[in-house]
Amino acid sequence: MNDVLDVALRLLVLLVAFLVLPLVVGQAEHKTMAHMQGRLGPMYAGGFHGWAQLMADGVKFVQKEDIVPAEADRRVFQLAPAVALLPYLLVLAVLPVGPGESGSGVHVDAGVFFVLAVMGVGVLGSLMGGWASANKYSLLGGLRTAAQLLAYELPMLLAAASVAMAAGTVSLSGILDGFQWWWLPWQIVGAVVFFVAGLAELQRPPFDMPVADSEIIFGAYTEYTGLRFAFFLLAEYAGIVILCGLTTVLFLGGWHGPWGGDGLGWVWTLLKTAVLAFVVIWLRVSFPRMREDQLQELAWTILVPLALAQIALTGIVKVAIQ
Amino acid sequence: MTASPQPSGRSFPGSGLAKGLAVTLRTMTKKTVTAQYPETQPDLPPRTRGVIGLFEENCTVCMLCARECPDWCIYIDSHKETVPPAAPGGRERSRNVLDRFAIDFSLCMYCGICIEVCPFDALFWSPEFEYAETDIRDLTHERDKLRDWMWTVPAPPALVPAAEEPKEYAAARKSADRTAAQQAAEAATAARPEPTRPEPARPEPTQPKPDRPEDGDAR
Repeated sequence: MNDVLDVALRLLVLLVAFLVLPLVVGQAEHKTMAHMQGRLGPMYAGGFHGWAQLMADGVKFVQKEDIVPAEADRRVFQLAPAVALLPYLLVLAVLPVGPGESGSGVHVDAGVFFVLAVMGVGVLGSLMGGWASANKYSLLGGLRTAAQLLAYELPMLLAAASVAMAAGTVSLSGILDGFQWWWLPWQIVGAVVFFVAGLAELQRPPFDMPVADSEIIFGAYTEYTGLRFAFFLLAEYAGIVILCGLTTVLFLGGWHGPWGGDGLGWVWTLLKTAVLAFVVIWLRVSFPRMREDQLQELAWTILVPLALAQIALTGIVKVAIQ
Repeated sequence: MTASPQPSGRSFPGSGLAKGLAVTLRTMTKKTVTAQYPETQPDLPPRTRGVIGLFEENCTVCMLCARECPDWCIYIDSHKETVPPAAPGGRERSRNVLDRFAIDFSLCMYCGICIEVCPFDALFWSPEFEYAETDIRDLTHERDKLRDWMWTVPAPPALVPAAEEPKEYAAARKSADRTAAQQAAEAATAARPEPTRPEPARPEPTQPKPDRPEDGDAR
């Protein structure tokens, strides 16, 4: 009985976090972006500084007609938003927020593998949507997504492998248990590579070539309306939460913090994730979109060599310590 | 990131990116420029061209404004009235009486030519701007509405200290002096016991001269 209660509680917390955190990031993006551009952003919905804007958006999306184009591959088209959104829920479940067994929703031994594999599935949603829409813009967006996934998955994996080497484990909580403060400067290059590659995989500006709305309408999401479109948007913000959480866990020491005991570990995780989410928004506001060839060039000529160098450094230091 | 030619010679790689981030961060800490209009009124300069007010006592129906208006948005109707001569034996005068003065603000392009061209200072800019209507016909403001706008016209800006005195001041002072002198004279006559002073002859209605042309409109 107690186990059932425990599982139910964890699922509830997980679901609430999954529904709330992306909206918080979205609202933060609305407001931060506005102020960075000298505007105020949403001010009306909900009364106080437009806090309910995204809920109002959600209500609007629900009211819209769910259209599937006549020529579209119906089943795949309808399934794509779920494929885009659900992997992030799975990743959130295994992400260790606090120390110990109870710190994450589910304890997975090969955490790094699981997380990176499942995150890769999330991009599949865009590919499915792009191919099944029977629209040339969707197809272009889907192909660009594929090219981006191919280019940036490698540096991301290499950077994560570097941390796993340093900790000697692929378990996320194991990595956190072994974390020392000097890992931060040691793995900083890997952290930057991981974060940038993650941003590219999320198709966030300045890496939003696949959805470049000024040239290919909205990429793979062009034909989507209503709730399915909202799912894609939610997936983007859930992706930000997951990427920032993952970077926090892998490179920034997760629940480790200079003050507070283990009981406050989840606060540290959330704080670091929030700061990284701010950086994601900040980058979006500051930088223009990169061209497709610039994207590929960045991945293959800069990020991959940097990630390899990081692995070499990790190996050398690891051997030197032992 | 990608090797792009830096315009300012050699600089630290990524310094352009950092500069971009600094700009957005600095903007974020500054006050926003958004005006929450319906909640807070905009801080408009006093000479804002919001709406045109009519000071109809000054209007002589010369029609200059209506003729100069590039949009033909000013409507003026008037008729002539004959006023008796001011002094006995004088000639009757005819006077224009304003019947209708309307400005169609759905046509007006706020150029202000009517105000510039008015020789008698009957038209003024008012900074009021909240007169949107749901029916376009309601944007034609008749003279009572134009008169109401007149009350919102701000006072003219003060002259610079070394400026020459406006001609209006001299004219007003002259007339005030004349009135004061007249009152003083009347007071003096009232004080002096002068019994029968002949009443000033009431201007008799003079015979209309048959050969008087009807104000240039004679046929």
